[in-house]
Amino acid sequence: MNGDGCLAGTFTARRGDLAVAIDLDVAPGRTLALFGPNGAGKSTVLAAIAGLLPLEAGRLRLGDRVLADASSGRVLAPEARRVGVVFQDYLLFGHLTVRDNVAFASRMAGASRRASREAADRWLERVGAGGLAARHPLALSGGQQQRVAVARALAAEPDVLLLDEPLSALDVEVRVDLRRELADHVRGFAGPTILVTHSLADAAIADEVAVLEQGVVTQRGTLDDLRRAPATPYVERLVHAAA
Amino acid sequence: MPASERPEPDAGTGAPPRPGRPRGIRPARSTAAARRGRMPAALVVVAILALAVLMLPLVALVVRAPWADLPALVTSAPVLEALRLSLVTATIATVVCLALGVPLAVLLAHSADAPAPLRRLLRAAVTVPLLLPPVVGGIALLLLLGRRGLIGGWLAETWGVTIPFTTGAVVIAQVFVSMPFLVFAVEGALSGADRRVEQAAATLGASRWQVFRHVTLPLVAPGVAAGAVLCFTRALGEFGATITFAGSLPGVTRTLPVASYLALQSDPDEAIAIALLLLAVAVAVLLLLRDRWVPGVRA
Repeated sequence: MNGDGCLAGTFTARRGDLAVAIDLDVAPGRTLALFGPNGAGKSTVLAAIAGLLPLEAGRLRLGDRVLADASSGRVLAPEARRVGVVFQDYLLFGHLTVRDNVAFASRMAGASRRASREAADRWLERVGAGGLAARHPLALSGGQQQRVAVARALAAEPDVLLLDEPLSALDVEVRVDLRRELADHVRGFAGPTILVTHSLADAAIADEVAVLEQGVVTQRGTLDDLRRAPATPYVERLVHAAA
Repeated sequence: MPASERPEPDAGTGAPPRPGRPRGIRPARSTAAARRGRMPAALVVVAILALAVLMLPLVALVVRAPWADLPALVTSAPVLEALRLSLVTATIATVVCLALGVPLAVLLAHSADAPAPLRRLLRAAVTVPLLLPPVVGGIALLLLLGRRGLIGGWLAETWGVTIPFTTGAVVIAQVFVSMPFLVFAVEGALSGADRRVEQAAATLGASRWQVFRHVTLPLVAPGVAAGAVLCFTRALGEFGATITFAGSLPGVTRTLPVASYLALQSDPDEAIAIALLLLAVAVAVLLLLRDRWVPGVRA
């Protein structure tokens, strides 16, 4: 990693009618939770960071590497960003086995099939999905798919990790266990992490929380700050509901 | 690739209530039959008539076929020669259609972001050969590739190459009429697939070409296979453009449909035998595709 390794920038991204403006500075090893109601623009921010959506204005850097700069038009393609994403509905490759899903990034980078698969098996062991390697991903349960998606993203050895509602599609029973596991993976990840969620319990994984409402950051701080002094009716309502 | 279309979950919470069933009177059971409703008797009668229009000619073909002489007829030298030529040319045409048509289908699918006039032009260019009488295609090919054609003149003078009335001309005619089937089959599969997995692949470091090769193609493989089968069948049955542009030279351009048409004058039994052969191929394709792929094909 070059420079300070921070994911930092001030930018605007647009999806449909909603323009989202945000100011980011996430240090390596730190986790920011983007917290807010559905439709607030949380996923839009992730898409912009991953390079799947152009910036409307502003700039984004990773260490001393410019990921996107709207004023100069410099844009790094998603495949060159080294930004790993766990998508909300996982988006596993249905035509590949679980093992080959996790081996995908390594294969694309030119590693041999054998080396890629061996590395994939190690990642699957690490997320507790070692027994699923030969299975078909779309036949797995939501929790199993989530583990595979985490392994696939981490196996690419990204510099940044983006998690888009990684727990929201799961049943309540498995959610608690998977949240704990996810927190372990996030702690073990060396780069900056951004976690998108609309659940306060999930936001507890993060070091810092930014509340996003209608494309605007309405509050920033630790989860305790939010609990102590909710800045908006939305945060207040959730804090009370959780208490 | 419209990242903007990525749905947010529960986006419906703030949305107006979905127009659905009326709140008052509801059907007692929501069986499939109840949802389809009841069909007027007159429509049933007309539908059966329509079925007769489609099926009776084929029934006649099967009933009047010279079954006793059939083995001898379909293994006669001229028929075997035409069969061999048809299989070879239709196979080459299918391979050419795959090589050219899949990229065109991808372009067509990506043109959703292009300006409307360009998009319509592109779609029309693929659709017109589908609507055109094949004879018109044959005449157009002559005007392009004939001895005094737009490109044909130059080909003949500079390279000494003449295309019309060669086996190559048969393949070109077949490609012209059958490529739209492949293009629309693949494009249909592309628009029906969840293309966001391509974005997932990009975040994993796959270049555009790698995404196409390792994600997009496997994603639409059933559509490609269905398109190739339809394409092959259409090429095998090609008559109008072939006889106009390639003629009917035995062993060179006389394919099964051309041979069948010519035999009708001299040896009707041979014509019927070839027709049965082509019908058998069509039925085999139907069995091969069943319902799995055909509904996805928008041709």
